[in-house]
Amino acid sequence: MAADSALLLSLVEEFVSGLQDSKAKDTATGVKDGQFTILQLVEALGLSLTSSQPHTRARGVQLLSEVLHECYGNLTEAEVEVLIAFYENRLKDHYVITPPVLQGLRALTKSTVLPPGSAVSMLRSLFQDVHVQSLMLAERSCVYNMLINLMETRETELKGLGTDFVFGFVQSMDGERDPRNLLLAFQIAKNIISRGYDLGKFAEELFEVTSCYFPIDFTPPPNDPHGITKEELIEALRAVLAGTPKFAEFLLPLIIEKLDSDVQSAKLDSLQTLTACVSRYEHKDLAEFLEGLWTSLRREVFQTSSERIESAGLAALTALTSCLSRSVLNSDSEDSLSTFLDLVLKDCKHHLCEPDLKLVWPSGKLLQAACTASNRASHIITAAVMPSLIEQYSSRTQCSHRRTLLEVVLRFIQSVKTSQSSENEERVLLAFRESLCSMVFSALSETNSSLQITATSMLTSLAQQTGLLLGSDVELAIDHLTRLLLMEEDDRVSLAVVECAGALAELHPEAFITELIPRLKTEMFAEPMDQGDSRETSEQHSHHAVRQRCLSALAAVSNQPSVVRESTPVLLEVLTSAHTGSVSFSVEEVVLACRSLQRIAEQVQDTEETGQCFHDIIIPRLLSLALQAALQGEGSSGCRSPLVEEAVLSAMVPVISTSCSRLQPMLAGQTASRAVSLFLDGDVSFLPDNSFPSHIQLLKKQQGDTWSQSQMVCLLMGCVCSLPRSVEVPQIDQLLSQLEEMSCTCSHSLSYTSAAKCFAGLVNKQSQGDSLDSLIQSTMKRVCRELDSTSSPARTQAFTLMIWVAKALLLRYHPLSTALTDKLFSLLDDADLGPMAADGFSLLMTDSADVLNRGCHADVRIMYRQRFFSENSAKLVQGFNVAPQEKKPNYLKALSNIVNKLPKQVQITELPALLSLLLEALSCPDQGVQLSTLSCLEPVLIDPPPALIQQLEALVSRLLALISSPAMSVRIASLRCIQALSRFPVHEILPFRARVLRALARPLDDKKRLVRSEAVQARGEWFLLGSPGGR
Amino acid sequence: MSGGTRLENANPVIFQRSGERLLTASDEDEEVHDPIDDREIFDILLSINDPEHPLSLEELNVVEQVRVKVNDEENSVGVEFTPTIPHCSMATLIGLSIKVKLLRSLPDRFKIDVHITPGTHASEEAVNKQLADKERVAAALENSSLLEVVNQCLSTRSI
Repeated sequence: MAADSALLLSLVEEFVSGLQDSKAKDTATGVKDGQFTILQLVEALGLSLTSSQPHTRARGVQLLSEVLHECYGNLTEAEVEVLIAFYENRLKDHYVITPPVLQGLRALTKSTVLPPGSAVSMLRSLFQDVHVQSLMLAERSCVYNMLINLMETRETELKGLGTDFVFGFVQSMDGERDPRNLLLAFQIAKNIISRGYDLGKFAEELFEVTSCYFPIDFTPPPNDPHGITKEELIEALRAVLAGTPKFAEFLLPLIIEKLDSDVQSAKLDSLQTLTACVSRYEHKDLAEFLEGLWTSLRREVFQTSSERIESAGLAALTALTSCLSRSVLNSDSEDSLSTFLDLVLKDCKHHLCEPDLKLVWPSGKLLQAACTASNRASHIITAAVMPSLIEQYSSRTQCSHRRTLLEVVLRFIQSVKTSQSSENEERVLLAFRESLCSMVFSALSETNSSLQITATSMLTSLAQQTGLLLGSDVELAIDHLTRLLLMEEDDRVSLAVVECAGALAELHPEAFITELIPRLKTEMFAEPMDQGDSRETSEQHSHHAVRQRCLSALAAVSNQPSVVRESTPVLLEVLTSAHTGSVSFSVEEVVLACRSLQRIAEQVQDTEETGQCFHDIIIPRLLSLALQAALQGEGSSGCRSPLVEEAVLSAMVPVISTSCSRLQPMLAGQTASRAVSLFLDGDVSFLPDNSFPSHIQLLKKQQGDTWSQSQMVCLLMGCVCSLPRSVEVPQIDQLLSQLEEMSCTCSHSLSYTSAAKCFAGLVNKQSQGDSLDSLIQSTMKRVCRELDSTSSPARTQAFTLMIWVAKALLLRYHPLSTALTDKLFSLLDDADLGPMAADGFSLLMTDSADVLNRGCHADVRIMYRQRFFSENSAKLVQGFNVAPQEKKPNYLKALSNIVNKLPKQVQITELPALLSLLLEALSCPDQGVQLSTLSCLEPVLIDPPPALIQQLEALVSRLLALISSPAMSVRIASLRCIQALSRFPVHEILPFRARVLRALARPLDDKKRLVRSEAVQARGEWFLLGSPGGR
Repeated sequence: MSGGTRLENANPVIFQRSGERLLTASDEDEEVHDPIDDREIFDILLSINDPEHPLSLEELNVVEQVRVKVNDEENSVGVEFTPTIPHCSMATLIGLSIKVKLLRSLPDRFKIDVHITPGTHASEEAVNKQLADKERVAAALENSSLLEVVNQCLSTRSI
């Protein structure tokens, strides 16, 4: 005990007289461990606290405060009471003692055993004895933190202080300048407002003291360690200003005044604050400022200089209108909503009818913004403007005017739509139903394509409002759409028509089943007239275009299960007749039919019914057709069915994989097991039109080099590789070994690649364990054996298998993936496979479309690319340095393949390290390498790292050399980089100006226009450099 | 002379901008030689800023595609521009900007002729004469305050 007190005394002595700050920590540890008590500490401090030197007293108090800061949790209520009394008293002491006293008080405010009444007395003496704004930054922050702590725990006591608390706070923050403290002060002010402290007569003072910062203009210093942004301050201040209707009479004039400002950000902030505050206001708060606000808003939208301000202004108008619509009216007060809307209409409506339609857009936008606010506002506004718009549409003759009017009407319909919520209220546009419908149909029958396009989107909007399109209108609409679909050549129109048909079909499926689908079917199966006659080619061409549009329309309208049931048989029939040759369809059309099926599988709802449709009808039918075509192709070599074409098969794969991955996992599992038994055992029992021979062996090596059967393995891939991971694939071991065999031995490219992909897709989903490891090891052994014997005929096949397996393992972070990628790195030196290996890296880094992506439920870890890059970039650089000269391009290509696929942020941070290699790559003769390096460099040049500026000479001369490259894409990319260079610090690039300008004169006369336009831009920028008025 | 205090034409009629030139397959074909055509010259000119307004010459209809004539074989370019009002004091400056932009953007084999659309400006002849005089153009560009205004017209707007 005696030793402890001696220790304590020495600690105190060293802190107070020896000025060793670390002793406070030791003392605090002692108190926390129970070695000494606070009482003992105060006794030991006795002499220092009563010293006649203010600095000694300050040191003493500081030690006590720092200890309290650590141990405020251990104090008893009695101790807290005494300490508070002591500290309150010390506030009256010499000014050097104030900082440690405030720290001590702050520590005490965090105590949970604060005696009742102490908060009030603490604040009273604080407000009385301390002038906060003459304190230093840290002490001011101390005061704010005290207030925040007390507001959290002692709300009722502080409210007991009444308006004194608000007044005290207002005095403390008046004149605060530091953004960190302002954030705290705004938080306190927000708490005062939102927690219902009594503002009393100080509402205006509180407003004044905070609003003097509005609008916030603050640019954080560079390398700011505190990370306070302008946005944070704006948000915090807005929460205060917009927090209570009591501020309305002060805030609204301020906003009107600030909207006059020339500073864009001030305008934006004012508009956003207006939007925020009116959500809490009532109409009486707004009443006297409505006219002023409207004038300012109108001016901002009419004379807008930026889109952000315009949209903020429109949002504010919507908020204002909805505030007015919300208010409950007294019997004697006037209806402020209709007064306000009268004002709006008076200023805007006449612009809608002026002959040149000059201000029609801003006026329309303002009216629409008010229209979206509420149902009542919609009623008032549409009743006022619609009749004149409709009348004008019929009286105008110029297409561009009619289109403008149509667009404006369309926006009105859309703005009404968003404001409609409750069912029983009267529909806003019902009164104009007939005239709107006739307007749409007349526009659809026009020949002007932009009018037609606008009309289709208007039709969609009308359809989405219940009650505006009757059954007969829908039929008429379908008639029009069908006509446009079949007759109209313009791509944009048919795109719009297809989209509109899709939207309408969702709402009125029956009409589409009975009207549209049969029409499209007859149209597609009609043979083009007079076949074989060569002068009819243009007609055939247009027939092809009609079929194309019909196919995409069929896909677009199939979003309801009932429509799918009708539309998919038509598409299947296209495939069947293409196979049998009863109606001739080109390969391209068959591919489009598959695409349409795929699109339907993607967009349709996942229900039992659609699942059955795809798994029990469409997939077996596709497999059966492909098999028939394959067997037939083998028998007669004469006419081949289009279904053995690679393009068609590749288009079938996504149909199967989309339905297996997305629709009904149970049924997908069934489909998978059927497919596996078809491919392994030749079980054809589930296929329709069953007339197949019994000894089909699709995965076994076939006699001769017929590949029509073996290539069907891609369909198997589509099926088994896209299953959800919860679904088991039957006979997996046998399947894997046959796939491996096929991928290593088959000589047909599509077959062995598909087999390798299928193998990889299955490996990716196999559960971790010894069986997987041994499978991979045996495959690896086989692959390496093939690859190591340079004379082996199957090296390409082995390489393909290796790279796909490597990808499958890399995606799931499997430890064995390194062995495979290392093998890949070593192949960069290979004489035959080197370039292929370099390309392989792009395969590793990109998402593949048909397997091993998230859509197929593959096991893909996040950021595998970055991981691969950071693990291997060093290997690559090292390999490059030791490689013989003729192999170096492979390394550069591999590097650019990897870097190109990294996210831009990572690229920018990693590139400085690889810079010398990339500069090397620019002088590599391979155009692919040049192009991908340039595309890596371009984003980096926008914000150049210092390392790059040091290499400027090398960079400029390499880029200038590339602008005479034979490949136009390289010329374009290098010119873009040169243009980006012109944004570098002027003093760095000015020495190159003359040289660059001279070099850029030549591409101005390039034979390709795209190159010339880049050169024009780049040269223009370089001319401005260092010239007066330029940069 | 400059519109620092009052703009000469405070409320000009603004025209719609034409869209980007549509890419055709032959534009991307390495082998095809694309001749320099009217639209290409127009594309070079349309982004020039007006000296008074934050608008481009295209938006003010000062340059139009129909008033641009180019003959790639004979190495000649002719541009007619239309001042927004007949007494526009900026006409010479606009003409100079167009001329400088073309000098910077076209191969030097071209002979460049810039003049005012006939009948649209009060002192049409005088301006045309100034613009056609090589030495006066060169001398104007030696004048750094004039060059400064021209460069501002040719800077890409950064809003």
